[in-house]
Amino acid sequence: MTKNKIIKIIIISSFIIFIAVSYMLNFEQGIDIGKNFFEFSLNLILLLPCAFILIGLFEAWVKRETVEKHLGKDAGFISYFWAVILGGCTFGSLIVALPISYSLYKKGARLTVIFTYLGAAAICRIPMTIFEASYLGVKFTIIRYLVSIPLVILTSIILGSYLEKKNFKVMKGK
Amino acid sequence: MILLFIVTILLVILSFIFNLQKTIKGMKIAVKRFGKIIIPLLIMLVLVSVILYFIPEQVITEYLSNGNKYSNTFLASIIGSITMLPGFIAFPLSGILKDKNVTYMVISAFTTTLMMVGILTFPIEKEYFGVKVAFLRNIMSFIIALAVAVITGILFGEVF
Repeated sequence: MTKNKIIKIIIISSFIIFIAVSYMLNFEQGIDIGKNFFEFSLNLILLLPCAFILIGLFEAWVKRETVEKHLGKDAGFISYFWAVILGGCTFGSLIVALPISYSLYKKGARLTVIFTYLGAAAICRIPMTIFEASYLGVKFTIIRYLVSIPLVILTSIILGSYLEKKNFKVMKGK
Repeated sequence: MILLFIVTILLVILSFIFNLQKTIKGMKIAVKRFGKIIIPLLIMLVLVSVILYFIPEQVITEYLSNGNKYSNTFLASIIGSITMLPGFIAFPLSGILKDKNVTYMVISAFTTTLMMVGILTFPIEKEYFGVKVAFLRNIMSFIIALAVAVITGILFGEVF
């Protein structure tokens, strides 16, 4: 275990102790923070195991060639279309989209496609879109889609090609 | 949510029937991947709950419904970048902002950065793609969000 990891664990445990003590002493601020924490954690605790199981199955079953063919270097422009569709079907948030994109990358998807996928997973998840339109109006949502998707694809191509040209290799955690 | 559970369980059972070896391999990958991000994830949750305590919804509403729309657009994008709200909080909040006559440009900057830029998810993002990619992607997303906000503003006739 690295020093960094130990520090992080200490932070987490002291936070939990702080919340526990706050509850015991009825310390209001601490209880409020604790409530926030539980509300968000609960959401993720339900979501993430499913997400990771599906990712695991994906990696075990889907062949590298399949991903390469549709999302790899020679897949052409249609791969961006697939990336947007995949992003739209992603549930959860970046926290789910990130491990998925990493699996895709490992299976041979291009960096440019990965960026498009991550962008799409952030901005056009279908359930979220319906929610958004009901609060902010359909016009708002349509404008946001029409403007942001082309921008996401364009910037993904620029950023991805730049990194590919520099022979960039993904280095985890560095 | 329930649908997700059902789909996951069904797929695991199917996978199990067709190929035990692959299923076990998949489960191993799942556990390994999950284990890797659990610590950064907890750190993120701690930060989110503390930050949301100091910047509650009322404060966001208050700041964004007063003042100049251009500076508010910028402010909204900053708030959107540092906070992390699930959709069931973010969109009702946007609805409140709209009712308070906050411009669509400001709301767009807020929701788009909220979704695309993640300063709090940065520690997790770098676990997967490294600091450089995570940094570039977030900067790029921030610029996209601002562009989307401005265009939304123009199309709603809020600019000029």
